[in-house]
Amino acid sequence: MARFAVRRIGQMLVVLFAVSVLTFLIFNVIPGGDPALRMAGKQPDPGQLEVIREEWGFDEPVYVQYYETMKKVFTGELISYSTQQDVMDEIWSRAPRTFALALGAAILWMLFSIALGVFTAIRAGQFSDRFLTVLALIGISMPVFWIGALMNYYIGFKWGILPNGGYVEFTDDPWEWFKHLLMPWTALSILFIGVYSRILRSNVLDTMNDDYVRTARAKGLSERQVFRRHVLRNSLIPIVTLWGLDFGAVLGGGAILTETVFDLQGVGQYAAESVDQLDVPPVLAITLFGAFFIVLLNTVVDIMYAALDPRIRLN
Amino acid sequence: MARDQADFALEVPAAIPAKAGGASIAGAGPWRLALRRLKRNKTALVFAALFVVLVGMCLAAPLYADHVAHTDPYKNHLTDKIVIDGKKTDVVSLDGVPIGPTWQGEFFLGADTNGRDTAVRLLYGGRNSLLIGVSAALITTLLSVIVGAIAGYFRGFTDTVLSRALDVIWAFPVLLLGVALGTALTISGLDIGPIHVSGESKWVPILIIAVVYVPYMARPIRGQVLSLREKEFVEASRAQGAGHFRIMFSEILPNLSSIVIVFFPLMVANAILLEAALGFLGVGVKPPEPSWGTMIGDGVDRILSGPHLAIVPGAMLVLTVLALNVFGDGVRDAFDPRSKIQLER
Repeated sequence: MARFAVRRIGQMLVVLFAVSVLTFLIFNVIPGGDPALRMAGKQPDPGQLEVIREEWGFDEPVYVQYYETMKKVFTGELISYSTQQDVMDEIWSRAPRTFALALGAAILWMLFSIALGVFTAIRAGQFSDRFLTVLALIGISMPVFWIGALMNYYIGFKWGILPNGGYVEFTDDPWEWFKHLLMPWTALSILFIGVYSRILRSNVLDTMNDDYVRTARAKGLSERQVFRRHVLRNSLIPIVTLWGLDFGAVLGGGAILTETVFDLQGVGQYAAESVDQLDVPPVLAITLFGAFFIVLLNTVVDIMYAALDPRIRLN
Repeated sequence: MARDQADFALEVPAAIPAKAGGASIAGAGPWRLALRRLKRNKTALVFAALFVVLVGMCLAAPLYADHVAHTDPYKNHLTDKIVIDGKKTDVVSLDGVPIGPTWQGEFFLGADTNGRDTAVRLLYGGRNSLLIGVSAALITTLLSVIVGAIAGYFRGFTDTVLSRALDVIWAFPVLLLGVALGTALTISGLDIGPIHVSGESKWVPILIIAVVYVPYMARPIRGQVLSLREKEFVEASRAQGAGHFRIMFSEILPNLSSIVIVFFPLMVANAILLEAALGFLGVGVKPPEPSWGTMIGDGVDRILSGPHLAIVPGAMLVLTVLALNVFGDGVRDAFDPRSKIQLER
């Protein structure tokens, strides 16, 4: 087990390095034109361009540029040239909001997907199954920023049932915090509920035909026990894996659109605002840390899996 | 996690007829069987027809603009008036609120805050969204087949290099990678050898979307090729003295057609959604060119002056993507009844 963990962490370090190289390539090498001009934002002034060129080493060879870029990001010296803000400070101050959004949504989509997936599997082929399956497909086909904006407009603004956008600190007022996050959680969950419930439905239907389920029935377990202990447990495994990965993806920047629509001022919205201003340093930092975060989380999920299931260690 | 795809195997199409039934269908090829299954799936066909209608409407955009709406997608009518029920009404009122749907020839779906005809922009925007979606999906498919086939067929070092490269792209959240590329490329454009692509060009979103989705499709294809290359018919071809080139083109690639057919509609749906997200964030299609994503973005920004500005393009987009998803599901059921083909997530 320890051997597996060490090997997996070694692989992770390689991927992290490759991820940092790819991020560097995206911003510094792949695009044409003057890289200093890109860093400086929409209205660069000539004096600043000289400073940037010097600081980032744009006159130096590529590996020096890579080194300078990574040094800036990891020592927290990264500055947005259009707002003069310290990028890392900004990210850290916004991170709790993104975390609150991601965690609540992840719990919500997991609960609803299990309920919906199990229900449609049990009713497979009946009208309610077909109806809910179509609903799930609609959920998958809706852009989150569209349904989010409509919810915000009607539920928040027009009918005034919930606050339309904004964020309240949990420590200030937990109830307001909850009310402000309810719509973002729902909007963000819709897509995942659509995806997960469909996967769970087909998993359950597959598992029902497995030998050990027949064995469980043969030894006299009730239908309910067979379903809970054998069918559902085994069908949930791929879902839980996906859940870990998607939770990481949402935390690592996947909630750009939701945060923007509901004005939550999280990390994702910071990325969106920077994109709007074509302000490259924050986008670079968020991209890099987002991907880092996901790689880390993947490794954790893998190691936890190996602890649970010995077959994976041997692979 | 079991990401290794070596045990990933699609039924070789030739093996399907034996499974699918008795003597009555002997002689029907896998394609005909799949088509027969697809024909029986009425829901999928209805949604396929819906998609065709939507595409047809968007293709007919210039006709609609010239003969019904009498305008073009860029023309402002800020100070114009229009006759509704015999009354003259401002297209955009003095305090900047645009007219809602009139349900008649001009401004059928209302105007935007610049006084442009929403219905006309919707159809022209659809042309852009569909063009980008379909082109990106085509390029993704092409790249995935090339990468997947080479990695799966040659295995060893080539496979390791290609698979690790895909892993690295895969580590980024799709949207974040798209946004990062979009920001970097919008500012300075892209040079592919002697060709310069400007940041304003539609090629920027097309290429971004195409590249971002490659790992999701290339991995299953690689798995498929890994299992195909061990099959008897490939063995037979090799025994007859066929070279790599010949085996690749006459044995491996034809057997990838079903996996590609299953993926394609779903890829187009995903590409259209990603284009919309990029457009919403301002790194997709550049104004004044319309696309569904940029139209939703504008509509959301100005939703208080008229919700129809956001609802109309969004509804059109959802309808299109839904049609593709339902049809794609039907295609999957027809070509891959045991649903072994999965987009890697």
